Amino acid sequence: MNAPAAPLLQVRNLRVEFPTRRGTLLAVDDVSFDIAPGEVLGVVGESGAGKSLTGNAIIGLLEPPGRIAAGQVLLEGERIDNLPYERMRRIRGAKIGAIFQDPLTSLNPLYTVGRQIVETIQTHLPLSAQAARERALDLLKQVGIPAAEQRIDHYPHQFSGGMRQRVVIALALCAGPRLIVADEPTTALDVSIQAQIIALLKRLCREHGTAVMLVTHDMGVIAETADRVAVMYAGRIAEIGPVRDVIKSAAHPYTRGLMGSIPSMGVRSARLVQIDGAMPRLTEIPRGCAFNARCTEAGERCFRERPELMAAGATRAACWRHDTGGVGAVRTKEAAHA
Amino acid sequence: MPDGGTLPLVRLSALKRHFDVSPPWLVRALEGKPRQIVQAVDGIDIEIAKGETFSLVGESGCGKSTVARLVVGLYPPTAGKIEFDGNDMSQSRGRAEMAALRRRMQMIFQDPFASLNPRWRVFDIVAEPIRAFGLAKDAADLEQRVGDLLRQVRLTPADGRKFPHEFSGGQRQRISIARALASQPEFLVCDEPTSALDVSVQAQILNLMMDLQRRFGLTYLFISHNLAVVFHISTRVGVMYLGRLVEVAPTDTLFRRPKHPYTRMLLDTIPDLDMTGRQRAPVAGEVPSPIDPPTGCAFHPRCPFANERCSRERPKPVESEGGTVACHAIEEGRLPVEERSYAVRG
Repeated sequence: MNAPAAPLLQVRNLRVEFPTRRGTLLAVDDVSFDIAPGEVLGVVGESGAGKSLTGNAIIGLLEPPGRIAAGQVLLEGERIDNLPYERMRRIRGAKIGAIFQDPLTSLNPLYTVGRQIVETIQTHLPLSAQAARERALDLLKQVGIPAAEQRIDHYPHQFSGGMRQRVVIALALCAGPRLIVADEPTTALDVSIQAQIIALLKRLCREHGTAVMLVTHDMGVIAETADRVAVMYAGRIAEIGPVRDVIKSAAHPYTRGLMGSIPSMGVRSARLVQIDGAMPRLTEIPRGCAFNARCTEAGERCFRERPELMAAGATRAACWRHDTGGVGAVRTKEAAHA
Repeated sequence: MPDGGTLPLVRLSALKRHFDVSPPWLVRALEGKPRQIVQAVDGIDIEIAKGETFSLVGESGCGKSTVARLVVGLYPPTAGKIEFDGNDMSQSRGRAEMAALRRRMQMIFQDPFASLNPRWRVFDIVAEPIRAFGLAKDAADLEQRVGDLLRQVRLTPADGRKFPHEFSGGQRQRISIARALASQPEFLVCDEPTSALDVSVQAQILNLMMDLQRRFGLTYLFISHNLAVVFHISTRVGVMYLGRLVEVAPTDTLFRRPKHPYTRMLLDTIPDLDMTGRQRAPVAGEVPSPIDPPTGCAFHPRCPFANERCSRERPKPVESEGGTVACHAIEEGRLPVEERSYAVRG
């Protein structure tokens, strides 16, 4: 921890397991990435890819029976994945803020938003009630709540969805955290409000130098917000790299299919690009590459050996096509079924 | 209105649907509060021609799903008329006659987890409309028909023995489509059929819907908030705001030369995936409550081009480039038409 570019957050070989009656499910499998100070890392993937679980594991809010089975999470060089509950609770809020999808369930309906923000500020910062309220008011103004002086004494139900999400962002920023884990922060909002919230998040992070881990299924949000993006598939990172490279020249066939299947505004065609099939269930992850059954470029090696992330042009992708050994003999769909 | 041309398959005229969301009578009496009426759909006119895909877009609360439910008869209209193939749907007719009309329109719902009965096998789910309308001659015919339907949506007849929970979201939506097709309808109302699905699965379902439309000559009323999806599948698009239609136009015209300020604003919010560096212009303000909509043009508090007339007088739809626009600024020529670079047909 000496160079200024030292990563703020390091995730090393993270595994998240769910013990069930029928055996253990591996929901996040050997995931590693870094987030630099002030960086926005997008984590994108389809539902069930493990992106939210990765975020929850980092902030220490995995729902039991889910648990971290292996790996480490380091914040500013210190492990935070094995801390006792009470110590983690103090880090959460002070150093890591969290924003969830549904702003209504993130707020307590029985307290005014002002009281909730003041309480959070006083939990983490040694401020008097008066100073905390001033800070709360300042935060509400920063997140663009009109007439903040009156709104601070309103209850969550008196706010619209977009305004509530602004309050949640203010809550996450209370103690000036270094990292914000935002899990689908715009999914529950209308498109016009989405753009407002994204612009707000970007502006605040630039002003405060806060890093963001942005978990979403919406590639559009990632394209506008993130510096780098990690594409997850079946619990693993399929590809990670600078956002422009992943979107414009993806190296992993899954990323390419995912990008292609987003209806683009450029060309109107009779058919959209589609990836056949669906992501395998956690109980049915095949041997080799988890994407092999849906991949049009899979070779014999993809059914045998599991690829790790490797250099692939400007990004890193878990795909044998970028290994010197290649994918091996191409196995067509017909041959695979035979 | 047989004006020589072909009759529209579906025609909505001055359609209204209001919901009473008032507190109970006693509470109102004690607190001296008036009734509260949500004007979910406040007078819209739409004609949908045979074989076309008409899309309704708008933000949540604009009334687009209410229109879908009105059209298939899940809600009775407060005022206005719904005509299907020349038949006024509000007219009382015999049970058999009504069933014959109902058979020709079906609906696909947004949430494939809630719209399939979890205790029924897929075979029975798909067979229900066939049984209800008495379309199958015997058990063997029924089995044949259900098998064909499942194959049409790229499932297998063997899937009929399974329960809905054994399928993924995309597969369940295929089951919903098979069920909707079971009564051999001509008109399908699709209420956000892909918004609960992942993008790669969304593409599969949209492709399937377009294939089926070509094959069976279906007419779609497609409800969505996703403009990119609407751009790909629609023939014509209607933009709704607070229960009213603000603009109707052929898809290419709407996306290339949007006229109404609200349409322009919606187009500005489409995420830029080509990374041209275009900033999504965040629009100030939010959709007002439909309980107490603004006077005049409902969009005027958020509209950068609004003037005094807009806040006073409700704009009427005026003909414009094969569609209609309800906007004073356009009507008065205050607002120049702007060309958008994207949306060229490939």
